[in-house]
Amino acid sequence: MNQNLNARLLALGIVFLALVTAPYWIPGTYYINVASQILFYAIFALGLNVLAGYAGLVSLGHAGLFGIAAYATAYMLQAGFGHPVAILAALVIGMISTALYAVLSLRATGIGFIMITLALGEILWGLAYRWISITNGDNGISVHGRPAPFGIALSGTTAFYYTSLVVFLISLGAMAIFVRSPLGAALMGTRDQPRRMNALGYHVWAIRFWACLFSGLLSSIAGILFVYYNQFISPQTLALTQSAEVLLMVISGGAGTLLGPVIGSVLVVVVKSVVSGYITRWNFLLGAIFVAIVILMPEGLVPGSARLWRLAFRRRPAKKPEPAT
Amino acid sequence: MTFWLVLTVNSITFGGLLFLLSAGFSLIFGLMRIPNLTHGSLFMLGAYFGATFIGTWLGLKVDFWVAALLAALLVAAFGAVIERLLLRRLAGQPMAQVLVTLGISFMVADFCLMVWGGDPISVATPSALTGFIRVGPGAFPIYRLAIIVIAVIVAAALWLLLDRTRLGAMIRAGVDDPDMARVVGIRVSQLFTIVFALGAGLAAFAGIIGAPILSVYPGLDQDMLPLALVVVILGGSGSLLGSFVGSIIVGFIYNFGQALLPELAYFVLFMPMLLVLLLRPQGLFGRHVL
Repeated sequence: MNQNLNARLLALGIVFLALVTAPYWIPGTYYINVASQILFYAIFALGLNVLAGYAGLVSLGHAGLFGIAAYATAYMLQAGFGHPVAILAALVIGMISTALYAVLSLRATGIGFIMITLALGEILWGLAYRWISITNGDNGISVHGRPAPFGIALSGTTAFYYTSLVVFLISLGAMAIFVRSPLGAALMGTRDQPRRMNALGYHVWAIRFWACLFSGLLSSIAGILFVYYNQFISPQTLALTQSAEVLLMVISGGAGTLLGPVIGSVLVVVVKSVVSGYITRWNFLLGAIFVAIVILMPEGLVPGSARLWRLAFRRRPAKKPEPAT
Repeated sequence: MTFWLVLTVNSITFGGLLFLLSAGFSLIFGLMRIPNLTHGSLFMLGAYFGATFIGTWLGLKVDFWVAALLAALLVAAFGAVIERLLLRRLAGQPMAQVLVTLGISFMVADFCLMVWGGDPISVATPSALTGFIRVGPGAFPIYRLAIIVIAVIVAAALWLLLDRTRLGAMIRAGVDDPDMARVVGIRVSQLFTIVFALGAGLAAFAGIIGAPILSVYPGLDQDMLPLALVVVILGGSGSLLGSFVGSIIVGFIYNFGQALLPELAYFVLFMPMLLVLLLRPQGLFGRHVL
C-alpha cells in the first residue's frame, strides 16, 4: 500500500512539473492556448462533477451558469467597471443564479432533475439570445484587455496559462478537500442512499443545495476565465451542446472520481482542436462519442483504465458494495 | 381588438402544433420514464424530409399531404430503430438512455446541416388552404385554422386509441405500473417500440405541418425541444389531457410574450413552469411526480 502511495505521489509530482514547465516544452503559442483551454474547461468539469458524479444529479443546464458568470464579467467591463469589480460581480451574480437554479431544480432528482435543468439551461440560452439590450443578442459582447494583478499583465499567452494553472490547482485542491470532508461524504451518502441519509437525520435537500452552490462557484470561475481567454462571449456559449460537451468530459473521464473530469477535458478539448482542423462536423462526432461511451464504457475512462490496470497486475478489485434499496 | 383576436388565433395554432409535438413526448416519458431529447430533432427531421419530398418524383406529383405522411412514416421507422438498437440495450438505465438520446440529437442536427445546408427552407402552404377567412374586422389565414382542426382531430384519434382500444389499455397499464403490466402478460418492451415510433411520427408530422408557418432551419430542434419540455412539466407526464392543456397554455404565453415582451419571450415561459414546479410538482394532470 505504501509503495502504491509513493508511486502515486511520484506520478503526481511528474505531472505537476510537466504542467509548471509546459510553456517551455510545448511548441508554439497555439498549443499553449489549447493547454489553457484544457485547464479552464477542467475547472468547469470539476464543477459539474460535484453534481453529476458525487451527488448523482446530472445537470444539463450547466453551460447556463458558466455563461451567466461570463456575461456578467463582459457586461460589467463594457459598462466601464474595473477588472476586480467585474470579477467580483460575476462571482456574486453567478452564485445568486446558482442558488435560484438549485432551488428550482432540486424539486426533483434523477430524470426530473435532468429535465428541469435542461429547461432552465435552454431558457438562459434564450435570454442571452433574445435579451438584446443586455446581451447584444447574437453579436455577443467583446471584452478588451485582461486584468494585471500585482502588476503582472496577463495579456500574454504564457501568463494566461499560468493564471489558469494556479486557479485550476486551487480548484482541484478545493475539490480534493471537499471530497474528503464530512459534507462530501454526506453528499455521496445522499447519492447512494437518500432515504437512509434522511432517516439518519441528515438534511438531504440542504446537502444537495450546498453541493449545487459549490458546483456553481467552480462553473462561474471557469466562465470568467473563459471570457478573459476568448475576449468574447455570445449565446453559443450557453447552448445545449456546451452543457453536453462538459457532461461528456465528466462521464468520459469517469463521473465521481477526482481526476476523471480533468482527463475528460484533456480528451475532449484535444479531440475537438485536432478534429476541427480536418473536418467541420464536430457536433456529429461529439454525439457519436457520447453514444459510444455511454454504451461501451459507461463507467468512464479513469475507472475503466483503473480496472484494467488492477487486472493486469493481478490485484483484487476493490469490493463494490451492492446498493441495497 | 383585431390585434388581440389575431394573436389569440395564432396562439391556439401554435398550441395545436405543440400538442402534436408534445403528445408523443409525454407518452414516451410516461411509459419509458425517459425524456426523449431527440424529440426536437425528430420534429426538424420531419420538416426537412417533408420539404424535400414535395415536388415531382418519377413523374408522380407528391403534394404536401402525401409528403407529410411519408415524412411521418419515415421518421417513425427511424424512431423504432433508435428504440430497438440503442435504447433497448440500456433498459433499466434511464440516465444512460437520456444521454444516448442527447447524443443522437447532436448527430441528427449536424446531419441536417450537412445535407440541407444552413439556409432556411420555406415550404409553401398547400394550395387548397391558401387565402383568408374574414370575420368582422380580422382576416385569418385558412391554413392556421386548418392546423387547429388537425390538432383537434389528432387529439381525438389519440384519445380513442388510448381510451377505447386494447392497445391503448395496454399502454395505460404500462404507464401506471410497468411491473404489474408485465406480470399480467403485457409485453411492455414491445409497447416501448410502438409508442416511440408513434411519438416520433407525430413529431415529424408536426414538423412538416408547422413548416409553412415556422419554415425549416438549423436550430429548429433546439427551439422546439424546450417548449415540449415545458409543456410536459406543465401538463404532467403521460397524460394526453395534460399535454393538450399544457400546449394551449404554452402557445398563448409564447405568442403573447413574443408580441408584448419580445426580448423576454423565452423567459415568460419559465413563469408557469416555475409556479407548477412549486405548487404542483406532478404537473396539472400528471399522476407521477417527475
